[in-house]
Amino acid sequence: MSKARVVLALGDDVSTDQIYPGRYMATVLPTETPQFAFADLAAFNALLKSGGVGAGSVVVAGRNFGCGSSREQAVSALKGHELIIVAKSFARIFLQNAVNLGLRLVEAPDVAASEGDDLAIGLTELTNLTTGRRFGIKPLPPARQAVTEAGGLIAYTRSRLVGRGAAA
Amino acid sequence: MGMTVVQKILARATGRSMVAIGDVVEPAVDLAMSHENAALVINQFLEVYQGTGLEARPWDPTKIAIIFDHRVPAESSKTATNQKKVREFVAAQGIAKFHDIRGDEGGICHQVLPENGYVRPGQVVVGTDSHTTSHGALGAFAFGIGATEMASVWALGCAMNVEVPGTIKVEVDGSLSPFVTPKDLILQVVGKLGAGGATFHVLEFHGEAIRAMPTSGRLTLCNMSVEAGATSGIVPADEETLRYLRQEAGIEEDLEQLTPDPDAPYERVVTLDASKLEPQVACPHTVDNVRPVSSVAGTKVHQVVIGSCTNGRLDDIAIAARLLKGRKVARGTRMLVFPASGRIYQQAVAAGYVSDLMQAGAVVMNAGCGPCLGVHQGALGDGEVALSTTNRNFKGRMGNPASEVYLCSPAVAAASALTGVITDPRNGGGAPHE
Repeated sequence: MSKARVVLALGDDVSTDQIYPGRYMATVLPTETPQFAFADLAAFNALLKSGGVGAGSVVVAGRNFGCGSSREQAVSALKGHELIIVAKSFARIFLQNAVNLGLRLVEAPDVAASEGDDLAIGLTELTNLTTGRRFGIKPLPPARQAVTEAGGLIAYTRSRLVGRGAAA
Repeated sequence: MGMTVVQKILARATGRSMVAIGDVVEPAVDLAMSHENAALVINQFLEVYQGTGLEARPWDPTKIAIIFDHRVPAESSKTATNQKKVREFVAAQGIAKFHDIRGDEGGICHQVLPENGYVRPGQVVVGTDSHTTSHGALGAFAFGIGATEMASVWALGCAMNVEVPGTIKVEVDGSLSPFVTPKDLILQVVGKLGAGGATFHVLEFHGEAIRAMPTSGRLTLCNMSVEAGATSGIVPADEETLRYLRQEAGIEEDLEQLTPDPDAPYERVVTLDASKLEPQVACPHTVDNVRPVSSVAGTKVHQVVIGSCTNGRLDDIAIAARLLKGRKVARGTRMLVFPASGRIYQQAVAAGYVSDLMQAGAVVMNAGCGPCLGVHQGALGDGEVALSTTNRNFKGRMGNPASEVYLCSPAVAAASALTGVITDPRNGGGAPHE
């Protein structure tokens, strides 16, 4: 169980264009992308860059978070700030990219929370400590566990390659 | 229980006689496509090999395609340097399906792949671009992935953690009216399903209107399937698919047609009557905010864009040229046209379309993604409105969060360029039928 503060509350269908605007797509390295996270939300972006958002803080959103472009920068930018994304649902490619890069996602189909609320996030349930309401968490597809346990897709693929070499 | 087309493709790609919906599989990849973001793929690919003592070589360079399209010619030294690094990697690894910034063989990846015959029915195609769904138009299972996942494909030759998706059957009967296009059809489907309505599902297109539709239109349908959240769109291969691949893509080898079983398990069937469809417009700032053109007619437009992987093909340019020939783009409205490939550009020149468009006042740009994603050419000013045949209208999409983007067909775009306001091509701005 971890306790976390909601630092940004958004609606449905937050696109990767909002998370990481296309005009910054020439920047690709995970070490460089975090400066452009939510670049068009100028105040929040400034807060992130000033170090005013602690690791483990929560962005809460509605359905279909991360829709649109497959750009991985949208995940590496959020991962760079060690944010946790709590949403009612996620778009497929964003979800896959988040698992691959180790960005923590929490899918809570009925979640309701506002900026400033504190959340207690468990494995199967999330409690909004500010409102007292509890919400179920939908587990990630089980097939993703191996990638998460390996520490991300790069490590997972590396182990598969080495294993393949050993078998040959 | 029978299988859908995608089940059949995934069964074969995993060496099994059948796969069930929800099974997690690792299908062998037939084609792995990237654009400029190959720069990130290369970075991740090299990282995979770090400390392994193994040489970093892709599993099969003949199955990798790299096409520069998002920022061509480079808009900045950063992009130019990324493109240079990719060229060096391509040369070192012997990647032959590489399309650089060229007038003869360059263009947008989702046009370059089909027109060169790189995509065949029954294949598994992955691309580091969400609109990789386009290639379902040729009967392939094609879906978008991230750059790190592509690095993994390059290393292992398979896609990992693919849940066999459920399928939504889209049955389109009747035939499209004049000035009503496949774009209007897919906008209506996205509006009906919602932006996340097909998440983790495939849209499989059937019906009289689909059978009568050329591959260019099917590419538009499958391209925008992702705007309903779909993993992919697919049109099971038929006579038209074979015609396109032989006549336009120059394929001579045997081709197969995989079709769904009569008792394939569809989760849902969406039925539409094409003959009742009117032109559609997706309003700011979501693609599923779809309304008939009549309800937004008269909205002032500052920039009209025709092009992109959705609608930059020859028939798209042809309908615009027919509407604009001998007439003028309204003052106060600028019109930008981006053909989807160098080949299409040349065909448009030969047919006289480029001349018709330029004489009307349109600017015909080089083939590429152009202003669609706000990184290269055609940015919008504060408070400006664009009407575009591209596929996304998210806030900030065309480079400015203080602007608005409406999405439409090439016919609506061209008719509106003439009047400077959103216009139904079937009256007012429309030219007489030929």
